Amino acid sequence: MKRHFREVSIAVALGLLLLFLAVAAPTFYQPQPLLSLLAREAPALVVACGIALVIIGREIDISVGSQFSVCSVCAGLLASMHWPPALVLTASIAVGALMGTVNGALVAGLRLPSIVVTLATMVTWREGLRWLRQGVWVDLPDGVQWFGLSQAAGQWTLILLALLVLVMMALAMKHLSAGRFVYAVGSDAEAARLAGVRPQLITFLTFVWMGALVGLAAMMNVTQSPQVDPNSGTGLELKVIAAAVVGGVAISGGRGNLWGVFVGLLLLACVSPALTHLHIEAYWEKAIQGAIILLAVVADGLRSRKEKR
Amino acid sequence: MVPRLSHRGQNSETGSLKNVAERPLVQLQHVSKSYGGVRALKDISFDLLPGEVHALLGENGAGKSTLIKIITGAHPPDDGVIEIAGHPVRHLTPAIARSLGIACIYQQPALFPDLTVAENIALRLEPAAAVRRVDWLARRASARQLLQRIGAEISPDAEVRSLSMPEQQLVEIACAVGAGARVVVMDEPTASLTQKEVQLLFGVVRELQLGGVGIIYISHRLEEIFAIANRVTVLRDGASVGSYPVGAVNEASLIRLMVGREVSTIYPPAEGAPGEVVLSLRGIGCTAADVSKVTLDVRAGEVVGLAGLVGAGRTEFARVLFGITPADTGEILMHGRSLSIRSPQEAIANGISYVPEDRRRHGVILDMTIAANMTMAIHRKLFPCTWLRFAAEHRLALDYIRDLDIRTEGAETPAGFLSGGNQQKVALARWLATRPKLLILDEPTQGVDVGAKAEIHKIIRRLAKEGVAVLMISSDLPEILGMSDRIAVMRSGTITTVLDGKSDAHDVMAAALGQAEKGRAS
Repeated sequence: MKRHFREVSIAVALGLLLLFLAVAAPTFYQPQPLLSLLAREAPALVVACGIALVIIGREIDISVGSQFSVCSVCAGLLASMHWPPALVLTASIAVGALMGTVNGALVAGLRLPSIVVTLATMVTWREGLRWLRQGVWVDLPDGVQWFGLSQAAGQWTLILLALLVLVMMALAMKHLSAGRFVYAVGSDAEAARLAGVRPQLITFLTFVWMGALVGLAAMMNVTQSPQVDPNSGTGLELKVIAAAVVGGVAISGGRGNLWGVFVGLLLLACVSPALTHLHIEAYWEKAIQGAIILLAVVADGLRSRKEKR
Repeated sequence: MVPRLSHRGQNSETGSLKNVAERPLVQLQHVSKSYGGVRALKDISFDLLPGEVHALLGENGAGKSTLIKIITGAHPPDDGVIEIAGHPVRHLTPAIARSLGIACIYQQPALFPDLTVAENIALRLEPAAAVRRVDWLARRASARQLLQRIGAEISPDAEVRSLSMPEQQLVEIACAVGAGARVVVMDEPTASLTQKEVQLLFGVVRELQLGGVGIIYISHRLEEIFAIANRVTVLRDGASVGSYPVGAVNEASLIRLMVGREVSTIYPPAEGAPGEVVLSLRGIGCTAADVSKVTLDVRAGEVVGLAGLVGAGRTEFARVLFGITPADTGEILMHGRSLSIRSPQEAIANGISYVPEDRRRHGVILDMTIAANMTMAIHRKLFPCTWLRFAAEHRLALDYIRDLDIRTEGAETPAGFLSGGNQQKVALARWLATRPKLLILDEPTQGVDVGAKAEIHKIIRRLAKEGVAVLMISSDLPEILGMSDRIAVMRSGTITTVLDGKSDAHDVMAAALGQAEKGRAS
C-alpha cells in the first residue's frame, strides 16, 4: 500500500469523479458515447505506455506527436493504395520504429540530452510532413475504417488492443530482465553500468520501442475516421507525458508503473466529457487538467521532501 | 594519547618563544568534532602566526579537512574555543569567517567557468545587490590591480573556463587578497601543478607572507613543506601529534610522526598459503585514466592491499581493470590466458568483480530492492529465459542476508533504507553471487561503523580462504596492514612498490610519499 500510494490515490480520485458523475450527471454513462471516448483514448494509452517506459529510463521523447502524424499519413497513403491492412499496420510500426531509431541513436549513441534531440526531431518530422503534404488530408478507401467491421466492433477491437499492449508491457516491466534493467538505468545509470548492464543499449531500445508503439497507435487512430488528419498528433506528447506524471512515473526516472499511467490517462481523459455533462464551459478543461498535473507534482515534491528528512 | 599532551605544551612554547610580541591570527584550543559516532578531531590545539606558513600534515583521514572546515566556519566544533585575532568567536559561520579575513583556496577552484575573471572577482568582493548598475570599467580596473598585486599575468576579461588550473588558483588568491584576507588556507594547492607552476605559486605565497598574511598549507609533498613552511603540525587519527619548527624535523621523522601508532583493531588472520596466480598484469596502462605500466600478480586465496595517497590513481586503476576505462597498453592474464577487457560485461564474464568506492552513489541502486540489487549482475545465469523467477531471487537474497548478517526487515526492502554498512554488504552480495575469481574492493569499509567493519573484514578473509583472489583498495592504513598478504603501493598512476604483509606503516607511507628508495637504503 505504501509503495503504491500514488497509484491507489489516483484510482480513488478517478473513482470519486465517476461516483460524482453518477449522481450529478448520469447522462455521462450512456454506453455509446462512453465507448467512443474509450476508443478515442486507446491510441493515447498505447503511446502513454511507451512514454512511461522512456521516462522510467530517465529520458524523454517529445517527438511522439510528430511521429504520430507522420505514421498516420504514411498509413493513410498506403491504405489508399489498397495495401492489405496487416501490411499497412506493419509499415506504420516500421516507420515509427525507424524514427525511434533516429532518436535512440542520437541520445544513446552520441549521448546527447534527449529533450534537445527529440525537440529537434519533433520540429523536423512535423515541418517535413507539412512541406511534403502541404497539410492535405488523406481520403481512405472503404473497408479501412473500423477494419471494415461495425463501428461498435471496431471500437471494442481498439480498446482491447490497447489493453493488451498495456497488460503485456506491464508484465514485461515487472517480469523480464529487460524491464528490470530499464528501472536500474533510470535510477542510476552509472551503478547499472558497474553491475554489467549496458545503459546505452537499454536507452536505445526504449526509443525504438517507443517509435514502434507510436506506429501502432497511429494505425489505431487512422481506422477511426474516413480521412487522415495530418495534424492528428499535435499535442499528443504533452497529453501522454501528463498521464505518466499524474500516474506516478517519476520524471527523474527509476520509479512508476504502467497501471498508474493507465489510471492517470483515464482521469485526464474524463475531464472533458465530465464538463460537458455537468454543463460547465469547455474552457475549463485545460485548467482542470493542469490543476491535476500540478497536484500530482506537488504531492511528489512534498513526499520526497518528507523522505529526505 | 599521553605523549600528545606533552607535545602540545612544548610546541606552544616554541611558538611563543619565537614571536613573543605577536598575537596569533587563529588559535584553536581543545577543539573536538564528531560526525555521527566517529570522532574526526580529538582535543586539537593549533595556532597560526602572522607572516607564517604553517603546514598541516597527516595521512588520509587524519582530520586535516575537518580542521579546515572548522577554521573556515563550514562546520561548528562540538567542543573547544576558536580565537581569531585574539578574540574568541562563538558561532563561526563561513560568512563571519570571511568577514574576519579567513580565505580558503581549494585544490579545485570554486569559480564560475562561464564568467570572466573580473566578474568572478567582483562576485566575491562587490557587495551583493540585486538592482545596481555595474560599473564595468571600475570592475575591470580593480581586477587588474589585484592580479598585478600578486604578480599574476592574467587578463581580467579572460573567461575562467579558458584558464589553466594554476591560473584559476591565482584568481582565487587574488580574491582572497582583495577581500583583505589575513589567513589563507591552501588545501593541496600543488596537486595538479607542474614544477614551474609550483615555483610561481610559492612566489605568491612568499609575497603574502611578507604582507603579514598567515598561511595554512596542506600538502602531501614533503619536499614542498621544507621549501615553503615555517612550522608543521602533524595530525594522526584526528589528534595533533605535535607542532614543530621545520628546522627541527626531517622527512623520516615526519613520516614516523604521521604513522606512529599501533594497529589497534584485531584483524582476522590469513589461513593457508596462497594458490596459483589468478590475475597477472603486465605493464597495463590507460592514457585517459592516467594509469601506466602497472605490473602485478594476484594469487588465489590472497588479499593484496592497494595503498597510496588520494589521487595516486588506485580507483582509476581498478576501473581500468574492470573495463570501465579499458586499458590501451599492456597485457592482462587470467589463469595464464591473455584477455582483453573492453567493458564491465567482459570483466564479469571473465570472473572479475568490482565493488566500487562511494557505495552511496554507484555500489547499489538505492531505489531498488535488496533482492533486485543482489541479482543485478547475474541475470543471465539466474534467469536464462529473461523471465524473472522471483522465488529463486528471493531465496538467493535470504541466503545472503543470513550469510552476511545484513540487518533488514526483508529481502524486498529498498536498498536505500539500509545503513551504510548494510548497503556495503548488499553490494558485496551482488558480486559474491557472480562467484568471482578476482574481487576488487574499493574502500570496502569507508563510512562504515566499527562493528560492520569487522564483519566485512571477516567476509573478505573468508572469501580468500575459499580461493578468491582479492585486490583491496584502502586509504585506511591499519586496514591495509591488517588485512593484506601483500601490499602494492601506488604513486602517480603506477604501482611503485610491492611490500610483503609484514611491512609496517612506515614502509607503506614512505613508499606512498615517494621516499621508498631512501627508506629502503637506510
